[in-house]
Amino acid sequence: MLGRRILKDRVAHGTMATLTVFVILMVLVMAVGLCLKSAPVLEGQSLWTLLGSSEWKPMKGQFGFLPFIMGTLWVTFLAVLIALPISLLTAIFLTEYARPVVRRFVFPALDILAALPSVIYGVWGMLVIVPWISERLAPHFVEFSSGYTVLAAGIVLGVMVIPLLVSLFIEVFSSVPMELREASIALGATRWQTTRKVVLRKTLPGVLAATVLAISRAMGETIAVLMVCGCVIGIPTSVLDSAYPIPALIANNYGEMLSMPLYESALMFAALILFAVVLIFNLISRIVLYRIERRDA
Amino acid sequence: MKALMWVGMAVVFGFLISVIWTVFSRGAKAMSWEMVSQLPGGGFYIGKEGGFLNAIVGSLYIVGASTAIGLLISVPVVFYLNVYLKKDSKLAYVARLACDVLFGMPSIVYGAFGFTVMVFFGLRTSLLGGIIVITLLIIPIFIRSMDEATRNFPRDILDASFALGATKWETLKVVLRQIAPGIATATLLSVGRAIGDAASVMFTAGYTDSIPTSLSQPAATLPLAVFFQLSSPIPEVQDRAYAAALVLTIIVLILSIGGRFITHRFSKNKL
Repeated sequence: MLGRRILKDRVAHGTMATLTVFVILMVLVMAVGLCLKSAPVLEGQSLWTLLGSSEWKPMKGQFGFLPFIMGTLWVTFLAVLIALPISLLTAIFLTEYARPVVRRFVFPALDILAALPSVIYGVWGMLVIVPWISERLAPHFVEFSSGYTVLAAGIVLGVMVIPLLVSLFIEVFSSVPMELREASIALGATRWQTTRKVVLRKTLPGVLAATVLAISRAMGETIAVLMVCGCVIGIPTSVLDSAYPIPALIANNYGEMLSMPLYESALMFAALILFAVVLIFNLISRIVLYRIERRDA
Repeated sequence: MKALMWVGMAVVFGFLISVIWTVFSRGAKAMSWEMVSQLPGGGFYIGKEGGFLNAIVGSLYIVGASTAIGLLISVPVVFYLNVYLKKDSKLAYVARLACDVLFGMPSIVYGAFGFTVMVFFGLRTSLLGGIIVITLLIIPIFIRSMDEATRNFPRDILDASFALGATKWETLKVVLRQIAPGIATATLLSVGRAIGDAASVMFTAGYTDSIPTSLSQPAATLPLAVFFQLSSPIPEVQDRAYAAALVLTIIVLILSIGGRFITHRFSKNKL
């Protein structure tokens, strides 16, 4: 009997270990798969031409990703610019100022914001943000704008990353020991002074890591951005221009790419760029966040 | 400064209310029983009769199957990380890091990757492809959220079980009972993510007007139903997109509130 029990335990151990290793390997498999697929386009053109050229002519085999990269950067930057102050203020309020009652109302709201699918945000952007930009905002600055702009994509994305940022910030701020705050307040500092000079200073790496994480999330967001960004190939020069970020490029062309191997390879290279950037950003910020978590444990 | 913080909070709530209100007010106008109970009829895409039952059923198939497979894979991994491995294990650290990285991966990358894998195996866009990609997508979410629930699990209970002569495998029963609410919450979270994800199924599950009868047929999904119909210039077709968006939002709201409820309910009488 005993032998069988131990055997069962061994078998379970082995199975579980295999599954765990499988999950870790998935990252590697994805990287290798995307690299292999994007090899053909890298053979034809050098990495720098691909990244730095803005000639996008799939039929002639010219793939310059610069417009798409710039589109991604514009949209992401704007989204984080919008989301960062709002989330920072909300998170500080919730951890440093608010009573527990307030949290009971805010947390479910953030949960819902985080849970809403991106296509819903896309619908919202098309129905609310896009008309608002084209009818109210844009006429003050330019002759005509369809509303499908960097700004629209930035606002929609900003709203989408707020819940992620707030929950990360709250985690980071709660890692600061209560004694530090008490010491500061005992010295006569106000709450805001304590927040600024003790809590924020102590958690600066964490705040940066959370922001980087939000940036990588915003970069990869597809459907919502695709629905409001306009999708015109070109480097945006203002927030009222339309943009064409990388995820939108992949999603829009997945049907056509089958007929041309090189085109498919180019789109896989686009996915590889996203993968690489998100991987690096995530690794760095997660390691920083783990450190912070462990410090208080 | 406090006033500014209230403003920040108000903005967050304002966005939430605006999103929900927009979807509900626009969707309610377009909503009818026909929408959720019928397949697209002939001439559906020029505004004739029909509904989007195909998308609802397709979504349920994909989400149901991938949640089941996802649970089967991730529950053992969570147990392994928390019961078999030591607290400061390097492997556990790497596994958690890998999951967090995968969690942050954009779904379009999953879609592109899944598509290459499918081409490699000679599969066409199909229900099976959708299930595989969504499973891969939700495994990290499963693992990380169950892991959070299990980590706070008191080690003493494990020691008590070992002291009674149980093997680690037998101790799992004890752990399982303790983290059941955690598993339930994780499941709801993953289902919510799985049902709303469009970018990954776009490549892999495809889109179709009928309900799939085998794994090799393409399947429609709700988010894609919203997306494709909204890009139509005909108002009737767009209305259907709004109705589909309403259905999707209601499902997600129920899941999210249900998840809160479970956590709240069961953490009250915890050990």
